[in-house]
Amino acid sequence: MITDYFILALKNLRKRKLRAWLTMLGIFISIATIFVLISLSLGLQNAVEEQFRQFGTDKIFIQPRGQIAGPGTGGAVELTKNDVEVVEKVIGVKDITWWIIATGEIEFKDEKRFFNIIGFPLDQSDVFIETGFYKADEGEVLDEEDFGKVMIGSQYKYNNVFKRPIKERDIISVNGKNFVVEGILESLGNPADDRLVYMSEEEFREITEIEDRIDTIIAQVEPGEDINEVADRIKRKLLKSRDLTEKTRDFSILTPEEVLETFRIVLNIITAFLLGVAGISLLVGGIGIVNTMYTSVLERTKEIGIMKAVGARNSDIFLIFLIESGLLGLVGGVIGVILGFGISKGIEFIAINQLGTTLLQAAFPFYLVAGSLLFAFVIGALSGALPALQASKLNPVDALRYE
Amino acid sequence: MTEIIKLKNVAKHYYMGDDVVKALDGVDISIEKGSFVAIMGPSGSGKSTGMNLIGSLDLPTSGEIYLDEHDISHLTESELAQIRGKKIGFIFQSFNLIPNLTAKENIMLPMLFQGLEKNERESRAEELLGLVDLKDRINHYPNQLSGGQQQRVAIARALANDPEVILADEPTGNLDTKTGENVLQFLENLNKKGKTIVMVTHDSKLAEKHAQKIYWLKDGKIEKVTRKEKEKWKTVK
Ligand SMILES: Nc1ncnc2c1ncn2[C@@H]1O[C@H](COP(=O)(O)OP(=O)(O)OP(=O)(O)O)[C@@H](O)[C@H]1O
Ligand SMILES: [Mg+2]
Repeated sequence: MITDYFILALKNLRKRKLRAWLTMLGIFISIATIFVLISLSLGLQNAVEEQFRQFGTDKIFIQPRGQIAGPGTGGAVELTKNDVEVVEKVIGVKDITWWIIATGEIEFKDEKRFFNIIGFPLDQSDVFIETGFYKADEGEVLDEEDFGKVMIGSQYKYNNVFKRPIKERDIISVNGKNFVVEGILESLGNPADDRLVYMSEEEFREITEIEDRIDTIIAQVEPGEDINEVADRIKRKLLKSRDLTEKTRDFSILTPEEVLETFRIVLNIITAFLLGVAGISLLVGGIGIVNTMYTSVLERTKEIGIMKAVGARNSDIFLIFLIESGLLGLVGGVIGVILGFGISKGIEFIAINQLGTTLLQAAFPFYLVAGSLLFAFVIGALSGALPALQASKLNPVDALRYE
Repeated sequence: MTEIIKLKNVAKHYYMGDDVVKALDGVDISIEKGSFVAIMGPSGSGKSTGMNLIGSLDLPTSGEIYLDEHDISHLTESELAQIRGKKIGFIFQSFNLIPNLTAKENIMLPMLFQGLEKNERESRAEELLGLVDLKDRINHYPNQLSGGQQQRVAIARALANDPEVILADEPTGNLDTKTGENVLQFLENLNKKGKTIVMVTHDSKLAEKHAQKIYWLKDGKIEKVTRKEKEKWKTVK
């Protein structure tokens, strides 16, 4: 019976005039918007989570607080070697590394550019390389004893940072000191990160004249230890050594899980906001369906009278119109999903080719497609409910007299 | 003869502001099972109103209506719809086929609302199309059919649920004389096979040619009732 109503509704939809279809513009634009937003947001979430997984879940990050503008911008609060020594001794900490960041003047074949440079202790290079998930695309990553050498981001090779791409073994000068390029890294997915230059801590301090400051300490946790407990222990030790209380704490301790959680919350808030905007457009689209269905009920008043004359109950008429407007919504949904798929792919393409980031990848899980379609159907049906109710309540004799 | 439909002192009033239109004003009509009854009268006399009440398409302002000896004047709309779909077949002056549906689908519609299976509906619809001699127009849409063909589809649709009563409101009104005569001949054949026929017309020749009993309406009241006995018309009331 219900399937027959679907067939009936489909037949009616096929005979729809262009005008009726145009009112669906709102529906498929909003479904497309929602589809694009969710698909990109999911994709972004997946990409970031993937990066974190590579990152390892056994690392704790200690940074001075109040560095809203990012590390290296300076501020009253600084971490130093003293803090490293404190953290190193905490039970459960297996290895430790750290880094400092600053802007450097990079010169290659008489061209000069300013980019961020990073210094890290070479004797801890294993931990550092593992933490950042650095891999050499060409040459090798920095190892112990690799003084006088640098490893550089992928953009120097592929994205024409300088007129000519830099190759392994080339000589570049940083703040006037010459370095041999030991390796060029694989892309980290973020253009700014892919323009970093890495070198030994000692040489970094020498050329930047930064004496003690450390921007981030990374502690690797012993296998089998609870990372949150170790983080807590580090916090307490540091508070004591820096003579602070929880209230005056001037450093932050982050675990990957926390960072990920923060990221998820922020992303969800943004997505929710955008979905709200899309929701408003969907409401407008729904009103379009209400309008179409009211017109349709009016146009087909006589038909309703005929159906009642041949035995249709109010509930039959209601269902027929409800299904019809649901299908109207569904058609809008199908167009919206196809449109949304195209737009998401387009944005992904632009992100990769123009922005050089692989973070903005569209994801199309089955439930997103199915959910969008179901949602469109429900919106259609809801919008059609009132017109359908009106249709079902028509008096058969009056409806038959309607011309 | 048993009565299949009986209207007892039925009135139908329409209220338009302070005015009352008494479309029907206290009529008694009884339709015997298997009879061919005509309702005659000038325009606006209340024929269609009476027809709609007989067909349980509408409820009276006052009075009682019996279908198969059950009082239907107090049923809900849904109950009425079910009874109407099962026991009564309508034929209208303007055919009233659904334009988006083919001939066959139009005929299947009343069976759908009675919950019949699809293949059952299809075979019955095809059989009925054969009966009205339109086997070759199964998948035609109403606008691809002539008036006479449309009315035959409408007749087939009226027969879909094998109802006991066929109600026809001016069935020949939109047809030329010859086609109209064919339709009436068809109705008469149905009557001979046992169907009860009630026909509204303002053409007294047609009524007297085919019907066995005629209700003459005027201004919502029954002016007289005539009956054909041994090929002669007698006033019985
Ligand atoms: N819904 C309505 N509202 C108000 N008045 C109505 C309504 N339906 C019918 N009438 C009035 O009731 C009277 C009887 O109408 P009805 O349609 O039964 O006439 P009829 O005999 O079928 O006429 P015709 O031969 O022209 O079809 C008319 O005066 C008509 O105006
Ligand atoms: Mg009439």
